[in-house]
Amino acid sequence: MTAEYVGLDGWTPEALAVPGEVRPVVSAPDPVLSRPGPAVDPTSDEVVRLAADLVATMRVSPGCVGLAAPQVGVSAQMFAVDVTGHPKAVTLHGTFVLCNARVVEASRWKAGREGCMSVPDLTGDVKRASRLVVEGVLPGTGRPLRLVTDGFEARALQHEIDHCAGLLFLDRVAGAHAIYQRKVYL
Amino acid sequence: MNELAITVIGRDRPGIVADVAEALARLGANLTDSTMTRLRGHFAMTLICVGPAAADVEAALAPLAADGQLLATVRAVTPDGETTPTGEPYVLAVHGADRMGIVAAMTRVLADAGGNVTDLSTRLTGSLYVVVAEVELPPGSSDEVAGRLARTAAELGVGVSLRPADTDLL
Repeated sequence: MTAEYVGLDGWTPEALAVPGEVRPVVSAPDPVLSRPGPAVDPTSDEVVRLAADLVATMRVSPGCVGLAAPQVGVSAQMFAVDVTGHPKAVTLHGTFVLCNARVVEASRWKAGREGCMSVPDLTGDVKRASRLVVEGVLPGTGRPLRLVTDGFEARALQHEIDHCAGLLFLDRVAGAHAIYQRKVYL
Repeated sequence: MNELAITVIGRDRPGIVADVAEALARLGANLTDSTMTRLRGHFAMTLICVGPAAADVEAALAPLAADGQLLATVRAVTPDGETTPTGEPYVLAVHGADRMGIVAAMTRVLADAGGNVTDLSTRLTGSLYVVVAEVELPPGSSDEVAGRLARTAAELGVGVSLRPADTDLL
């Protein structure tokens, strides 16, 4: 049976109905960051708690617009995103958490320089699609979600989906001279 | 622990990196930062490694340079050579007809403004000369620097752009 994908319809982290706890963020070369995460059961208590924790941890981390489960040491296909207020964001959907997400359409590839909380001392030039369609499911209800977005939110989603697949931006840099020492700390 | 600055440059051929890296590995030298590229058919390596004494590395690399096609230099350097960032990161691009002094003139503008070049490469292809540099500029100085760069570029008859190398944290 094919799931009928719908939009966020006002979903917020409060729908998880559990308080999130801030978890420590792991850094490369921790092997959890290089391991593809298994799909999760979005309705399980454990997943709902982790979803709330991802949102809580993202919110206390300055400049953080997305956080994937492997970044808090849990190998799983789940991440939180919120690009609200970022100057490059065009389309945005507020704070949301997605389980088992996959890219179904990607176009208009553009290069941009990315940094990552789990790779604190380096940045790199990475090509990402600036038009994106992503499908996944929301934690808690397990409701299927289809998200159409662009620009910075699209970049953030691809970065987080990569984390769930065990990939860092370092796996996607444009060439040998496309990584840099990070020069500006938030 | 010794910290060494090593340069190797010579006519490009397959295996230079493997040969040099193997020689260093045998001595227990750990490559830290390195950059390697091909320039006009010459392969050039600049690297920092820690571990052995400079004399041992010179001896280990000597056989590689024996045929006169490679030149290797080894120098002990002061550890912790990292410099603190001086400002905001920008990418400078200059392109135009080749002539003497493009790099000199453009980088002097940056230096006079207190800017620091952290990476730079040039390419000459046909008559087109291209300079791309990563620079750190003092906070708030970029507009003025861009203006001075534009005036210098106009005098040289080349095009110039200066754009922020802003990083998004994801």
